[in-house]
Amino acid sequence: MGEYILLRHRQIPGINKLEVYRQNRGFEAFKKVITTMQPDEVTEVVKASGLRGRGGAGFPTGLKWAFTDKKAWPHYVVANADESEPGTFKDREIMEGNPFQFLEGVAIAAYAVQASAAYVYLRGEFWQLANSLDGFLAEMESAGFLGEKLFGTEYSLHIYTHLGAGAYICGEETALLESIEGKLGQPRLRPPFPPAFGLFGKPTVVNNVETLTNVPLIIDKGPQWFRAFGTEKSPGMKIFSLSGCINHPGNYELPLGTTFRELIFDYGGGLPGGHNIKAIMPAGASSSMIVATQQALDTPMDYESVPSLGAQLGSASIIVIDDSVKMDWLINKTVHFFAHESCGKCTPCREGTYWMRYLTDRIATGRGAVEDVQLLQAVANQIKNKCLCALGEFSIEAVLSSIERFKEDFAQ
Amino acid sequence: MNNLLSKYPQEIDKILAKYPLDQKRAAVMPLLYLAQRESGYITKQALQDIADILAVSITEVASIVGFYTLYRAEPGGKYRLQVCTDLPCALRGADQFLEELCANLGIKVGETTPDGLVVIEEVMCLAGCDKAPLFQVQSGEGLSYHESQTVESALALVDQWRSEARATGASHPLKEDGDLESVNIKAEQGFTSLSKEDRLSIQERGGQ
Repeated sequence: MGEYILLRHRQIPGINKLEVYRQNRGFEAFKKVITTMQPDEVTEVVKASGLRGRGGAGFPTGLKWAFTDKKAWPHYVVANADESEPGTFKDREIMEGNPFQFLEGVAIAAYAVQASAAYVYLRGEFWQLANSLDGFLAEMESAGFLGEKLFGTEYSLHIYTHLGAGAYICGEETALLESIEGKLGQPRLRPPFPPAFGLFGKPTVVNNVETLTNVPLIIDKGPQWFRAFGTEKSPGMKIFSLSGCINHPGNYELPLGTTFRELIFDYGGGLPGGHNIKAIMPAGASSSMIVATQQALDTPMDYESVPSLGAQLGSASIIVIDDSVKMDWLINKTVHFFAHESCGKCTPCREGTYWMRYLTDRIATGRGAVEDVQLLQAVANQIKNKCLCALGEFSIEAVLSSIERFKEDFAQ
Repeated sequence: MNNLLSKYPQEIDKILAKYPLDQKRAAVMPLLYLAQRESGYITKQALQDIADILAVSITEVASIVGFYTLYRAEPGGKYRLQVCTDLPCALRGADQFLEELCANLGIKVGETTPDGLVVIEEVMCLAGCDKAPLFQVQSGEGLSYHESQTVESALALVDQWRSEARATGASHPLKEDGDLESVNIKAEQGFTSLSKEDRLSIQERGGQ
C-alpha cells in the first residue's frame, strides 16, 4: 500500500494532536484559502479535482458547493458523520485517527461557500467521539483557526458538534437537517435541495466526513496531484470498509478502481474456514447482491464499473458472503434493519418494510410457501420509486437481487 | 420552577449558544441528553422543563423522545448493554454471542437482571463491523464501545459493575421497588400501560 491521504494516522503517529498535525502542514491549506483565494476559486479547485461525494451518491463535490444559492444568507456547512450503514465504519476511524484534517476540510468548505457556522452531525452512538471533537474544536479556536476575524481577515467561522440519538434515517441529508432543527428525523420533499433550502431554511452544503477529509490535501497539493490516484471519472483514494466472511476485516484506503479481487484476497486475506466466496455486497446492507463470479471479482471498484454488475458502489462498504450463507437468512437480516429504521413518513416504506419483515421471517424459518416469495417480490416492487428518500429503495435492493440471482436459496 | 434550568444554567447556556437565536428548538436533543444524564431516563418533569426553555409544547419534546432510540422514557437497568446483530456482525457470530450472553445472565433480550443493574438489548449497526462481536454500553456516564468481545470478556465487565455497585453500596431503585417484573413484562410485550393482570386476561381471551 502506498501513501495514505485519508488514514494518515497509520503513517504519522500522533496526528490526532494539533501540534503534530501542524508539523505536517496542518491548516496551511485553510490559511492559504482565506488569505490568498477568493471563495469561488476554492470551489473551482475542488471541481477540477473531480472529487465525488464519499457518502454513497458519488455526486461531484465542487458542483454541490457551486449550487449554493448566493441570493439567500446566511449559508451553512454540515458534515454528515451519521455513519450508520451496516458494513460502514470508515468515518469513525477518520475522526478518531485524523480528526484535524477532517475539521480543516469542514473549515475550507465553509470558507468556499462563505458560511460562518458549520455543524458536524454525529450519530448518537459516537458520544465519546463528539466529546473529543469538542475538545479539538476548542484547541483550534485557541490556536486561531476558528473564531472571529481569522488570519487577520474579515472572515469568521465557528464549528459545532450536534449529536443524533439513534436513527439511521438521519444519514439522509434532509432528515439530518430536520434533526438538527430539533424535529423528527424525517426526509423532506425535494426540490428544493439543501444548497437552496437547507438548515433553518438557508442554503446549506451537506458533505460526508470522508469527502471533506480529502479537501485540505487537494488545496495544498493541487487537483492534478489528486487526479493521479483512481480513475478518470472516479479520481482519488477511497476507504473501503471490508467486513463479513473475511480473514482481515477493516478499513483499506486504496485508489478507486482497485478490483474486488485485490481487496478481498490480497488485502483482506481471503475467506476463513476454507469457504468459497458466494456473493459481495458493495454498499453495505443497501446493496444489490453481486454474484461473485471471476468476472465480478476482476471488476474495478469505482462509480462507473460497479453498475455493470447490477449494483452500486455506494459508501464502498464491502460485505463478503461465503458459500455457507443462505440468502433467505441474509435478506431477513437486512429487512429487519430497514423495517426498524424506516422513519414512518412514507406509507410504501413504512408498511412495505413491515410486510417484508413478516414474509422474510416466515421464509427464513422454513415456514414460508412458494407463494410467499412471489408475494415478497410484489411487496418490494410496491415500495420502488414511491418514497421521499432512498431508504425504501435500499430496503428492496438485497431482497429483489437475491431472489433473482440466487433462485436456489428460495426454492424450498 | 424549572429544575433543569436551575440545576444546569451554564450547560444550558452553552447548548443554546450553538444555535441561532431564533432557532432555539434545535437545542432539544442536547437538552434531552442532559436530562437523561440527570435521571437515567427522561422524566415527565424534564419534558416540561425542556418545553419551557425552548418555548415549544411538551408534545413536541415527547415526540423526539419517542422517535430516537437512545432516549429512554422509562426507568430501566443502570447499564444498557446493547449488542449489534446486524448482518456484518451476524456473519461474525454476533447472534450466538448474544444468545450465550443472555443464557449466562439468565435473562432474555430486553430484560433486566434481578439486581436491576444490567439490561441486554439487541441494536442496529454500531459502525464497528470489523470488530464484531461488539456492544455499546449506555449508562448515566454516557456511551462506551466494547469491541472484539467474547462471552467471557462481556461477563467480566458485568462482574466489574457488580463489584463496583457493591463497593459503593449503591443499589439500583428497581431492586428496592421490586419493580423488576413489570419492567421485564414491558420488555417482553413492548411498552404498554396495561397492568400484568389486564395483560393476562387479554391473553386468556385470545388477544395478542
